[in-house]
Amino acid sequence: MEAPALNYLNSAHGAASWLLTRDHKRIALLYLASITAFFVVGGVFATLVRFELLTPAGDFLESETYNKMFTMHGVVMVFFFLIPSIPAVLGNFLIPIMVGAKDLAFPRINLLSWYIYVIGGAFTMYAALAGGVDTGWTFYTPYSTAAANTHVMTAALGIFITGFSSILTGLNFIVTVHRMRAPGLTWFRLPLFVWAHYATSLIMILGTPVIAITVLMVAAERALHLGIFDPALGGDPVLFQHLFWFYSHPAVYIMILPAMGVISEIVQAFSRKNIFGYSFIAFSSLAIAVIGFLVWGHHLFVAGQSTYAGLIFSFISFLVAIPSAIKVFNWTATIYKGSVSLESPMLYAFGFIGLFTIGGLTGLFLATMGLDIHVHDTYFVVAHFHYIMVGGAIMGYLGGLHYWWPKISGRLYSEGWAKFSALTVFVGFNLTFFPQFVAGYLGMPRRYHAYPPEFQVLNVLSTAGASILAVGYVIPIIYFAYSVVAGEKSANDPWGARGLEWEIPSPPPTENFTVSPIVTEGTHQYVHESQEVGLA
Amino acid sequence: MFTNFPFFPTQASAQSGQVDALYFFMVAVTAFFSLLIAGLIVLFAIKYRRRDDAEVGAAIHGSLALELVWTIIPLGIVMVMFGWGAKVFFDLYRAPAGAMEVFVVGKQWMWKVQHMDGQREINELHVPVGRPVKLVMGSEDVIHSFYIPAFRVKADVIPGRYNTLWFQATRPGRYHLFCAEYCGTKHSGMIGSVVAMEPDEFQAWLGGGPAEDSPVSAGAKLFQDLVCITCHSGASGAPGPSLANVFGHEVQLADGSTVVADEAYIRESIVNPQAKIVAGYPPTMPTFQGLVTEEQLLQLIAYVRSLSTAGGAPGTTPGQLPTPPARQ
Amino acid sequence: MPNHHPEHFPGPIHQPPLVANLQAIQPGVHVEHAHHPKLQHHFDDMSQQAEASTLGMWVFLVTEIMFFGGLFTAYLVYRWADPMAFQEASHHLSIGWGAFNTAVLIMSSLTMALAVRAAQTGAPPKSQVFWLVCTMALGAVFLGVKVIEYSEKFASGIVPGPNFNRALWEHPAGAEQFYSLYFCMTGLHALHMIIGIGIMAVITVMAWRRQFDADYYTPVEVSGLYWHFVDIVWIFLFPLLYLIGRHYGGGH
Repeated sequence: MEAPALNYLNSAHGAASWLLTRDHKRIALLYLASITAFFVVGGVFATLVRFELLTPAGDFLESETYNKMFTMHGVVMVFFFLIPSIPAVLGNFLIPIMVGAKDLAFPRINLLSWYIYVIGGAFTMYAALAGGVDTGWTFYTPYSTAAANTHVMTAALGIFITGFSSILTGLNFIVTVHRMRAPGLTWFRLPLFVWAHYATSLIMILGTPVIAITVLMVAAERALHLGIFDPALGGDPVLFQHLFWFYSHPAVYIMILPAMGVISEIVQAFSRKNIFGYSFIAFSSLAIAVIGFLVWGHHLFVAGQSTYAGLIFSFISFLVAIPSAIKVFNWTATIYKGSVSLESPMLYAFGFIGLFTIGGLTGLFLATMGLDIHVHDTYFVVAHFHYIMVGGAIMGYLGGLHYWWPKISGRLYSEGWAKFSALTVFVGFNLTFFPQFVAGYLGMPRRYHAYPPEFQVLNVLSTAGASILAVGYVIPIIYFAYSVVAGEKSANDPWGARGLEWEIPSPPPTENFTVSPIVTEGTHQYVHESQEVGLA
Repeated sequence: MFTNFPFFPTQASAQSGQVDALYFFMVAVTAFFSLLIAGLIVLFAIKYRRRDDAEVGAAIHGSLALELVWTIIPLGIVMVMFGWGAKVFFDLYRAPAGAMEVFVVGKQWMWKVQHMDGQREINELHVPVGRPVKLVMGSEDVIHSFYIPAFRVKADVIPGRYNTLWFQATRPGRYHLFCAEYCGTKHSGMIGSVVAMEPDEFQAWLGGGPAEDSPVSAGAKLFQDLVCITCHSGASGAPGPSLANVFGHEVQLADGSTVVADEAYIRESIVNPQAKIVAGYPPTMPTFQGLVTEEQLLQLIAYVRSLSTAGGAPGTTPGQLPTPPARQ
Repeated sequence: MPNHHPEHFPGPIHQPPLVANLQAIQPGVHVEHAHHPKLQHHFDDMSQQAEASTLGMWVFLVTEIMFFGGLFTAYLVYRWADPMAFQEASHHLSIGWGAFNTAVLIMSSLTMALAVRAAQTGAPPKSQVFWLVCTMALGAVFLGVKVIEYSEKFASGIVPGPNFNRALWEHPAGAEQFYSLYFCMTGLHALHMIIGIGIMAVITVMAWRRQFDADYYTPVEVSGLYWHFVDIVWIFLFPLLYLIGRHYGGGH
């Protein structure tokens, strides 16, 4: 038995070696621990919401408590889980390795971003424990500034602070991709995971400051009675909606683009085949990031915005669907003539593609002006965005975590349990959210504490599905933890995949590379020029 | 069949068929593409399953032709959705001339309804079938949203402005009325019913309740009580402009621009009188913000409108209007 | 290591490495070469480090533009909605103080540029420190004038909120809105000035301790970028708040 090699996990010990680390891989693990904690908290809020909706009468929680539960569920899941999940954990861990660098460009700023995230989270948790917020995660004015008498200020401050964590992460990624690429690693040799994160970072740096200033204006109006959004003070409540969605619609792409990057990697690795249409996938990420900034008005079709503005927003919203469609078709084409193996990451990837396709296509319903009038603010919208965020972003996150876990931990998990949990998540998810499409078209409004009895059957199905989904989420936490203690050691490349991260040891050494690698080809090239055959 | 467990909402307005047709088209497109992708993935995963641990896939880098196909075909399909959706939207958005008007005020957590003939309701709205009805809606506090699923219509009700919504009920019955925009603690209690009645029953219902002031006469009374009449007396040389024949016409403003006097303009002139000064008059009118409720504002507007030949408020009594166009 | 893999992990396949210099991916190999004392371990050379820092600051300034952009949007929307009120309200701002402050900030940008120049050319610490201190002093003058202006507003009751003196205005609602935006925008700008002066103080100490030379002056350079940005924001605030509509239409 040889002595264990020195790696980023065993090279230093003690709390300070973690809390003051500048190693992107350790910071990724700090994020992993904290977003998992927030995921559990957000999940508890969701559980309470689903229990309340088991019966039509509002008999399990007080209406105000219920309102706080769905608000806190949204705030925690959006700002403290989904937005940081893939970028701050997988992106943090992998981007420096994938570009052949020893760390991100600004390691101290990277650590700072985690502390900012934790401080923002602490404010929000304080707001939750001190009595909660009941404005909905959307903080619509004038309810949030004039009517709500809950802890709006604290929660808003938490979101404001956390925004800077997101900005700093995006800034670090952009500079790293531009300035830290290893010799020979041209833009078009970059893994698609890196392209997706580059596009995500653009949204983070351009969009997040706008939500920050918007939240600040809400705080100023609430605390100092400056008339900005409240019509009673001369403000315009719809301006808030414009500013809010200017960030919050692109924020959806902050959540989904990194997941798309993960799926591009997994589909190649488990088909042992390079991606079909590399540049189309790469540029579609950028297209989504850019066009995504011009569609926010589709959230305001029934808010009385000018019809012509509505037409333009509707048109652009349809355009942003095209790059997503291109990705789905290219992933499918990548599997064609591959060497397909259905390990758990690939099952998650297939789940992602299916659920994202449904989520994306039902998004078109909402971009269609005549139809949005009916389904706006109903459970149809709830179902749609959960298909994108849970079916898309979380499936992508879990898929990525399974794919890179042997690299991150140096250990192998139980593949049998992993397949079982992938299947459980898929079934539970569909049972939870598909009935909500039906309930939405029937007219059940969202954010309802009590509802007419004819919607009960659908809600019971949904709650039953949520219980299955919860089981599916708990199982991986158990076998991942178990693998760290008792899992078998992983080889450098347990999947037989091709990429810089699979060339270095598992877990990687602190500096990733001894010297800057000189890269000779792109990732996932399994057939070399001499052996290539034509498209047939 | 499924009386207690419906899968599909009732169609009870002239517009619902249009919306549902669009919906079915989109469901068909969604089902087609979802099944296509799922089918291909399952097919490829089986057909090209790995048979040997060392096996690798074929080197295929892409195909411009295929990329063009799966860019252009979806683009064509979504453009159909865009055009169709816009057409349905315009039909849902533009009320036909001569629609019966009803005032609606949302407040935490109830809907207050006032008919032109003076009938008032809370959390209920009675309408006749076969006649276009236009709701003029304002809010006293936060944003609400007036939603009748069976009619497939919804519009936000926003403080500080008026939004409108119209529909034509086709089938008598009692339908859900929901507040669709989260508005606080009892948001889910801000619900009610829309009752669509045969025209003669509706007339009977109108006559049955306790007679109250119509919005026009209530507005006229307010016009006296708030001493608006002192300045807006209509006499030449009065400090304020005459309000006769103002509604629905262009008004010349002091800064040289013009504005059409609609509900929003009258409302603004009452709560923020300095915003738009009529040419030739001094900016002396005080604000009435806080002195009049949203309902009273609507009554004052109804009164001002009644002074104009162009803006006669279509009341609830049939016969005073041309027959509305049939929309089927 | 034996090639054993549990359950379904397929294990490595034999493929040529992706990198040309195999020692890069072999841990434990120690490579030693001379480098500048300020070079951080994860950069290859000083120019990569400097380029990363300047790009980082540019990206940060883009986020700052978007941050102020939200307020500028609110300003434009409300100005468009109620131009008369905004004209009237801006008459209560002192063009004199505004113009003076504009000149002060432009001067401070000049001294900042000279400080960067001094560090870049390896000038003695004394001259680097001199220009940095000038920059901070001009920044302090700007903030002092802002204090005078703010206290005037407090004294005459044109601070928005319950104590806003509505009687002063023909368009009280619009004027209050104007001053809400005025305080938000200039307040946020002043906060950036204060942060800038704090950064300058740190840079000054570093310059005094001879930390900068012709190969390493990035901290001065990126702080300069930030300082110029804060000046440019003011270049937009001054006309928007003080000048537009001043000699147009009625008023007092």
